[in-house]
Amino acid sequence: MNAPNSFRAQPDERGHFGDYGGRYVAETLMPLILDLEREYRASQVDPAFKAEFDSLMTHYVGRPSPMYYAERMTEMLRNSAPEGKGPKVYFKREELNHTGAHKINNCIGQILLAKRMGKTRIIAETGAGQHGVATATVAARFGLPCTIFMGARDIERQAPNVFRMKLLGAEVHSVTSGAQTLKDAMNEALRHWVANVHDTFYIIGTAAGPHPYPEMVRDFQSVIGTESRAQMLEAEGRLPDLLVAAVGGGSNAIGMFHPFLDDPDVKMLGIEAAGHGLATTQHAASLTGGKPGILHGNKTYLLQDEDGQIAEAHSISAGLDYPGIGPEHSWLNDTGRVVYEGITDSEALDAFQLCCKIEGIIPALESSHALAGLIKKAPTMDRDQIALVNISGRGDKDIFTVADAMGVKM
Amino acid sequence: MSRIADAFAACSDAGRAALVAFVTAGDPTPADTAAILDALVDGGADVIELGMPFTDPMADGPAIQKANIRSLGAGTRTADVLAIAKSFRERHPSVPLILMGYANPMTVRGAEWFADAAAEAGVDGVICVDVPAEEDDALGVALRAKGVASIRLATPTSDAARLPAILTGADGFLYYVSVAGITGQQQAAQASIEDAVARLKAATRLPVAVGFGVRTPEQAAAIGRVADGVVVGSAIVDLVGEHGASAPAPVRAYIQTLSSALADARKELA
Repeated sequence: MNAPNSFRAQPDERGHFGDYGGRYVAETLMPLILDLEREYRASQVDPAFKAEFDSLMTHYVGRPSPMYYAERMTEMLRNSAPEGKGPKVYFKREELNHTGAHKINNCIGQILLAKRMGKTRIIAETGAGQHGVATATVAARFGLPCTIFMGARDIERQAPNVFRMKLLGAEVHSVTSGAQTLKDAMNEALRHWVANVHDTFYIIGTAAGPHPYPEMVRDFQSVIGTESRAQMLEAEGRLPDLLVAAVGGGSNAIGMFHPFLDDPDVKMLGIEAAGHGLATTQHAASLTGGKPGILHGNKTYLLQDEDGQIAEAHSISAGLDYPGIGPEHSWLNDTGRVVYEGITDSEALDAFQLCCKIEGIIPALESSHALAGLIKKAPTMDRDQIALVNISGRGDKDIFTVADAMGVKM
Repeated sequence: MSRIADAFAACSDAGRAALVAFVTAGDPTPADTAAILDALVDGGADVIELGMPFTDPMADGPAIQKANIRSLGAGTRTADVLAIAKSFRERHPSVPLILMGYANPMTVRGAEWFADAAAEAGVDGVICVDVPAEEDDALGVALRAKGVASIRLATPTSDAARLPAILTGADGFLYYVSVAGITGQQQAAQASIEDAVARLKAATRLPVAVGFGVRTPEQAAAIGRVADGVVVGSAIVDLVGEHGASAPAPVRAYIQTLSSALADARKELA
């Protein structure tokens, strides 16, 4: 594929990122997503919308999030790297946001749109519960009733987040179809939306789904990369050499990458969940282990069999446990602008523990995948190079999973 | 004329709406589907919709979701669905057969591959739930090139501004989804169906069939008085779920009640 003039000019007017994206939804939803697109376009040129978004980002979410020089991580990587190797490492601290992850950035943007469109109910899907908690949070803040669709199996595995959502006033709807996890929760949320289009706004949690969601979620999350760019210029007087972020659906990664896509010297590494290994069927690496297909409103890389039946994903990180990926990542993968690699459950667990011990930061298991990707890459980078890792969320929610994997009884 | 057009014309001549009957291919097993399809035809179905099972049937309610799970659980593959279609075509040379399903299983090997395979199996039309008019530049084109009708859906949310887009490239019949919702849940108010059918018939020369939530002979008759076709799905699929391999007899009996209700529906008007 020829390199385009700009990597920041996607999608086209029909929501296509090259061959990917689009609006693959039932006819019932078409008028609604066309309406959503019109409202989104209007909000983009409305100074009042931007002012309210920025104000909530500052005073409610706590932005800007710090960019932090991870001194001991840098030292450790240099000590174990060949002579002259090992980059200077910075963390983008999205885990310090209100609710503990980047998810809130997008939820603030979407609930403002819901309000603008006069919608009176909020629905969302959730896997681990992070997006559910962020959605329940903004619904509480704006006084809108909220239903969160969550797989019955995930409800069992993520009891603390289920209780958080209920405290925040949300109704948690248990989904018993299919494998009873994130993919099925999304199917059920779509079914509910089709039946309630007149008054309901669906806050999708990642940069996927029918157009305009992938573009809209990316734009709301781009605050991560925009801040990082300014913070790096301030701290180092130059741009970083490498960005690293974990990719499930891909919202934290696209938010970090997008503002840098036209800086040719900035390399980017997206880390997918390789689960028990890419050679097994127990992983969630859609780009490195899947092929293009159509699901949940968009064309993108999917884990599927030769008949196009969707496979179950696996990752120790519930936030990465999804058989698809946002369509812009599929396009960035095919153009070669971003390189995607897999990190296994055990590599992520090692990085999780290391970060706790040497930086005093408990990272989310999702972000631990990004850290493990950096640790693998570090020995090939020069000492005078700079790597920036997105710590997309905090790991308090994951301590039970990690304890279980370490064989610790709590 | 095509089999679909012939079937609707014959029903129209007989003074009744066409009965369009849906079942999921491979439910409960691929080997059981042929007898169930024969029961639909015996019972009086005029057009057959054969559902292609999919792991993620986003537009379907619990009845058809369960049918998909039963079918895939029994090991149904795309090759089985096509084989079921092909043998149906051999047994019933003149009964229209429609494949209904989702984009990914249809396009995973390429739209041309699927259009070829459908034409080869004697399929007359395809309904792809999650390919709206805006995304139909591959599948619809490939189907039309092979003489397979691309059947479009219209819904209560399809306003006058959208209808031209839906109707461009639409073929076979127009499927009016009478409720904004998923399959098999509730039925729309008769008055709203009548308004919608009148609006659609003013915009297209294609026959208009109405579905979603139709269960009883009375409901079918009421719709059959105004529409060219009545689609019944979840109620049949529920019978298959209940009776499994012995579903053909109850399915035939149920279809007969719908078919005779449609035959009498317009007489009551006269």
